[in-house]
Amino acid sequence: MTTRDPGAARGAPPRLELRGITKHFPGCLANDGVDLAVRPGNIHALLGENGAGKSTLVKCIYGVNQPDAGSIHWEGDPVTIKSPAEARHLGIGMVFQHFSLIETLTIAENIALGLDDAPDLKRLSKRIREVSELYGLPLDPRRTVLSLSVGERQRVEIVRCLLQHPGLLIMDEPTSVLTPSQIDKLFETLRQLRDEGVSILYISHKLAEIRDLCVSATVLRHGRVSAHCDPREETPRSLAEMMIGSQLPVTERPPATRSAEPVLCLNGLTKPTEDPFGQALSDMDLRVHGGEIVGIAGVSGNGQQELMQLLSGEMPADRRDHIVIDGQAVGAQGPAARRARGLTFVPEERLGRGSVPEMSLAENTLLTGYGKGLVRRGVIRLRAIRRQAEAIVERFDVRCSGIGAVARSLSGGNLQKFIVGREIMQQPRLLIAGQPTWGVDVGAAAAIHRALVDLRAAGCATLVFSEDLDELFEICDRIAVIFAGRLSPAKPVSETDYDEIGRWMGGLFPESPTTDEPHASGRAEHAV
Amino acid sequence: MLFKFEKRPEPSSAMVYASPLIAGLLTLVFGLIVFAALGKPPLHAFYVFFIKPVNSLYGVGELTIKASPLILIAAGLTVGFRAGIWNIGAEGQFIVGAICGSCVALWFHGVESPFILPLMLVAGTLGGMLYAMIPAFLRTRFNTNEILVSLMLVYVAEQLLIYLVNGPLRNPDGFNFPESRLFGDSALWSPFFDGVRMNGAFVLSLLALVLLYFLLSRLFLGFQIRAAGLSPNAAHYAGFNSNRMVWLSLLIGGGAAGLAGVNEVAGPIGQLMPDISPGYGFAAIIVAYLGRLHPVGILMSGGLMALIYLGGDTAQIDLQLPSAVTGVFQGMLLFFILAVDLFVNFRLRLHPRFRERRA
Repeated sequence: MTTRDPGAARGAPPRLELRGITKHFPGCLANDGVDLAVRPGNIHALLGENGAGKSTLVKCIYGVNQPDAGSIHWEGDPVTIKSPAEARHLGIGMVFQHFSLIETLTIAENIALGLDDAPDLKRLSKRIREVSELYGLPLDPRRTVLSLSVGERQRVEIVRCLLQHPGLLIMDEPTSVLTPSQIDKLFETLRQLRDEGVSILYISHKLAEIRDLCVSATVLRHGRVSAHCDPREETPRSLAEMMIGSQLPVTERPPATRSAEPVLCLNGLTKPTEDPFGQALSDMDLRVHGGEIVGIAGVSGNGQQELMQLLSGEMPADRRDHIVIDGQAVGAQGPAARRARGLTFVPEERLGRGSVPEMSLAENTLLTGYGKGLVRRGVIRLRAIRRQAEAIVERFDVRCSGIGAVARSLSGGNLQKFIVGREIMQQPRLLIAGQPTWGVDVGAAAAIHRALVDLRAAGCATLVFSEDLDELFEICDRIAVIFAGRLSPAKPVSETDYDEIGRWMGGLFPESPTTDEPHASGRAEHAV
Repeated sequence: MLFKFEKRPEPSSAMVYASPLIAGLLTLVFGLIVFAALGKPPLHAFYVFFIKPVNSLYGVGELTIKASPLILIAAGLTVGFRAGIWNIGAEGQFIVGAICGSCVALWFHGVESPFILPLMLVAGTLGGMLYAMIPAFLRTRFNTNEILVSLMLVYVAEQLLIYLVNGPLRNPDGFNFPESRLFGDSALWSPFFDGVRMNGAFVLSLLALVLLYFLLSRLFLGFQIRAAGLSPNAAHYAGFNSNRMVWLSLLIGGGAAGLAGVNEVAGPIGQLMPDISPGYGFAAIIVAYLGRLHPVGILMSGGLMALIYLGGDTAQIDLQLPSAVTGVFQGMLLFFILAVDLFVNFRLRLHPRFRERRA
C-alpha cells in the first residue's frame, strides 16, 4: 500500500464532516443520526447494503436531498447545500453510477453542458486535454460519446468533475463497469488525486478493492452508522458482516451430477445486427449440461444482450439448429415455447422487462409463472398466484410492504431477489441469468448464489452472465468469456484464474474451442 | 415564470380519479361562460342543457338510447387502449356494422321472424370486425401505424355508406331520397315500455361492461393485454405474442363498434341513411378516457356524454343555438381531461428562484 499517513492532516479540520444527519422519507427513516468525516487527501469508503441509506446520504451531501436534522460542515464551517450547483460551487464533484451523457454530442459539448460557467468549446477542449493527460485519463474532446467504451465514458464524467478543481470527489460504484486492467488505471488516477490533496468518498460493494484503496471507512446499516473502521485492518468477511450485522453464510458447493447429454447447445450461433449500436455475434459454440453452472464473463456491450435475447427467444435465431435445447432445435421458437421446454430467464433490466413496473408482485408472479398452474382454462387463479408470490417473498427475503406492492416501489436489490426467486421457483431445466446479483447487497447476493447452487444440485443447467469475476469463480463450474461478439472456450474453474480470464476479457483467447469438456478430475475438485 | 412543472416521483393516484371530475366541472363552468357570451342567461341555459333533457321518464329513455352506443364502443376500445393499440377508427367500424346489419334487414324485407334481429346483430359485429382487420393485418404484416390506417378508413366507410344509400340499397319507393327502406318489425328493437324508447341495446352495452370487467380482472388474456400495454418489453420477455394482442384489440374494438352500428339502425333510426352517427365512434374515445379505461368509469362518462348530446339537441330548440354546441362541449371535455391529466404525473411548484426569495 502506498497510502500517505493520514496523520499528516491531523489537526486541520476535516474537509467534510456530517454530524447527526437524519433524513425521513414517507414510511422509512433513510438516515438516522449519521456521523462521517472525510479528511483532506484521504480516500474514505462508504459501505452498506442496498437500502442502508448510502444514496440518500450522498444525495444530502450533493444537495439533491435536504437533511431533516443534523449539520454538514465544509472545511470546519457549517453549510447548507440546497442544490447540486451549490455543492459544485463549494468544491464537491460527483461521478454517478449511471452516466448522464448525451450520446450524439462530443465529449467537449457534453462537458460544457455539465459546467455551470462553461468557457467556449475551443478553450474547454484544450483544458479537457490538459486535465485528462495530467491524470492519465486520455480523451479526445472531439469524439462523440457514442463511440466511447464504458470506461471512457466514466473518464468523461471524472474529467468533468476535475475541471472544477473539487476538494471532494464522490464516486458511486465506479468499478462496476470496468475490466480488471481498467480498474487498476482508475485506482492510479484516484491515488494521484489523493496525493494532491483531493478527498474522495468512495462507495462500493467490492470489499477487496476498498481494502486496497481506502484507509478509513464508514459502514451503514439500516440508515445508522454500524462501524467506523480502517479497512486495511479488516478482512472482506468482517467488513461484510459489519454491513449485514450477522454472520455471512458461506456458499457451499456440494458435488452435483453432471448430465451425460447437454441441456443447451449453441452450434455456430451467428447473428448479424441491424441495430447500429448492437453487437453482431459470430460462430458461438457452447454446451451446458444439467447439474452445472457455466459463467459468461465479459465487459458489458460485447454481445451479452444479444446472446441473452437469442437464448430467451425474444430474438429468433437465423437457423433453427443454432440453438438446441434437450436435443430439440428451438432457434425459431418464441419465449413462450421455450419456457414450456423448461427454460426460465432473469434479464438484466428489472423494471420494464423482468417486471411490469406498475403491476403488483402478485401480478408479476403471473407474468412468467402462467405455465405452472396459475391459470386454469384461461381464468386467473388468484389464490394460487397469491400463494406463489408469498412463497417467493418469504424464501428470498424480498423486503416489501406485501405482495400487493407494485414492482416499481421496491428497491433494485429487492426486486432482483423477487425476479430471481420467481424464475428459480419454477424449477427450470435451464436457467439463463443476466447479472443476477448486480446492485444486490452482500447478504442477498449470498442468498441468490445459494439458490443457484441448490438448483445445480437439482440437475438444472445454468448459464450466468456476469461482470463480477468474484461471483463467477465462486459459483461456476466452467467459465467462458464473451468479447466483441465472439465466445471463448469454456474452461473449468480449477484450470484457470483471474489473470487468464482477465486477459480473455480483452479479447486474447484461443479461437478454437479446445477444452469445452471438463476433465473428469476437474469435476471432483469443484466439490468443496 | 413564477411557476414551473415538476415531475412527481410517483404518479398521483388521487389525481387519476379526481381528474375526470375536475374536467367535468371545468367544462360546466366554461360552458356557462360560453352561454353568457352568446347572450343566454347562464342558469336557464344550464337547466335547458343538463336538467330538462332528463326531467321525464321519456328523457331518461333517450339518455339510454344515446349512452348505449357510446358505452358499447368505449368498452370495446378500452381493450385496445389498455393493450397500447390505438384504434381511432371506431366510427368507420360502426358504419360498416350498420351497413352489414342493414343488408340482412333489407334482404329479409317483408319477412317476419324472431331470428332476423339476432342475425343482424351477428352480421353487424362481424362487419365491424372485418373492417378492423384491415389495420390489424397491415400493422402485423407491414408494421403500419394502426392510428392512421384506422382513422383514414373512417372516411372510406362514410363514402361507402353514401354510395350504398344512393345506389344498391336505396328505397325504390322513396322518391330518390338517399335512404333505404324502413326496416320491418322483426328487424327492430322493440322498446321496453310504451312511450319510452329504451331498448335491449342498452342491456347489451351493460353486458359489454360486465364482460370487460371480467376480461381485465379475471382472465389471463386480460392480464396479457394489460401487461402489453403497460410494458411491451416485459410482455415480450414473458412470451406474450404481441401480434395476437393487435388482432384481439382490433377485433374486439371493431366488433363492439359494429354491434353498436346495428343497434343504431335497428333502434332509434329504423333504416339506413347517410347520417346514422353523430360522431359516436369518436366521442367514445373521450368516453373511454374520461372513464379511466375502467368499466364503472365508462358507465358514468358514457352517461355524461349522452347528456351532452341530448342537451345539445334541446339547446338548439329552446335556445336557438347552432348544433355545433354539442361539439363545443365535447371538445371542451376532451381538452380539459387532457389538460388536467398533466397533473397526474406533474405538479405545479413555485419556481425555485421565488421559493428562495421567500425563504
